[in-house]
Amino acid sequence: MDSAASASQNWAIEIQELTKSFGTNLALRGIDLKVEPGESIVIFGPNGAGKTTLIKVLATIINPSSGRFLVDGLNTKNNAEEIRRRIGVVTHQTFLYNNLTAYENLEFYSRMYDVPRRKERIHEVLTMVGMTSRLHDRVGTFSRGMQQRLSIARLLLHKPTIILLDEPETGLDQQATSMLWQALQAEGEVKRTLIHTTHSLERGLETCDRLLILVQGKIAYEKTRQTLNAADLKQAYQHYTGVGT
Amino acid sequence: MRFWTKVMAITWKDTLCEMRTKEIITSVLVFTLLVIVIFNFAFSASQEMMQLVAPGILWATFAFAGVLSLNRSFVPEKEQGCLEGLMVCPMSREVIYVGKMLGSLLFLLIIEAIALPIFTLLFNLPVLSLQLVVITFLTTVGFVAVGTLFSALAVNTKARELVLPILFLPVVVPIVISAVKASGLALSGEPWSELSSWLQIIGAFDVIFLVVSFLIFAYVIEE
Repeated sequence: MDSAASASQNWAIEIQELTKSFGTNLALRGIDLKVEPGESIVIFGPNGAGKTTLIKVLATIINPSSGRFLVDGLNTKNNAEEIRRRIGVVTHQTFLYNNLTAYENLEFYSRMYDVPRRKERIHEVLTMVGMTSRLHDRVGTFSRGMQQRLSIARLLLHKPTIILLDEPETGLDQQATSMLWQALQAEGEVKRTLIHTTHSLERGLETCDRLLILVQGKIAYEKTRQTLNAADLKQAYQHYTGVGT
Repeated sequence: MRFWTKVMAITWKDTLCEMRTKEIITSVLVFTLLVIVIFNFAFSASQEMMQLVAPGILWATFAFAGVLSLNRSFVPEKEQGCLEGLMVCPMSREVIYVGKMLGSLLFLLIIEAIALPIFTLLFNLPVLSLQLVVITFLTTVGFVAVGTLFSALAVNTKARELVLPILFLPVVVPIVISAVKASGLALSGEPWSELSSWLQIIGAFDVIFLVVSFLIFAYVIEE
């Protein structure tokens, strides 16, 4: 652990002056954010605000252009592999192979994450998302909702302590969305840290401890849930983004 | 140890997907056989003439088959959104490179193993010799070492089918020339000592591009 780690060990995620540019387009413009262990943060913002870019940087899929961020006190430059072991990611893309069965997909990812007792763990997570009956069916034959449920099973395989969700409800019906949140809370001995982007203000407000509104790559608004109701949030969202809800 | 476990998992996953779709092997094999048959009809010349042109035909065919095959190396990952899934796994980026490279090597070797006996039959040349097998294996390693890197680079571009050959073919020219020369000598029945200088060039190409590709793959895949 580097020297900065000890100073920031109380934060699950600590982001300082984070920027990301794609050519001349500045997607993130100096993000500062500290997330406590077990805290649930929801990020709202219009299309192109930088939500997905932020999630991709936090997931170590892309490198930031400048600034730094620490995960559990670990610097991403030197500890990327250890950070990935602690993080679970679900986006609107499922990361699943259509030509493999549900079991083969989970078997593959459990090898990638060095999951112990693979077979038992695969059955555990499939039970959590209610998919044990489709174990040996190819993912390409699944509906969008079933694929996303399997994607949640993939996310839970290695018991991540930090979960990054980038619009995970895309294409899901009400029942599947409820299942998603149930599954995320099912192994709740230790509360997971959650960073969640969504367009649904109601759902976001329901599930968060703190919320942010991202506009043009900057945090324009930040509040804890206790100090806010749905009407205030709608008004704030409209004010900062110029977009009606 | 973990490195190789994950490498083998990626190679196994690619092999399993390919066994189910037969997307790469079928299309590339059909292309390879068609080219061999067309060249066979185009050069219905004497045996001496055949011996001269056959190595060029063989390696031009395998080089273009390599482009076709390697083009598909990262495309399914990208199309199914799985590349990012691999990138969030707790491992170095190099695991992805080696795993994908071994998968591509396996597919190309299978195609070559089917094409070489047919080439022998049509051209009536002793292609199935130990010398030719060694040349083919070493050259294919060079192809996939370069091709896997460029395939990862091309997959993020809009015109990826065009980008890969433009990048790949100029770089593999030295190894193709060496393979043609070495194959020509092997077909003439020359001993190993006569081939050694060309084999050394192929070997050096393999080592250089394996090392360079391994080292820069992380930058290519992340940006």
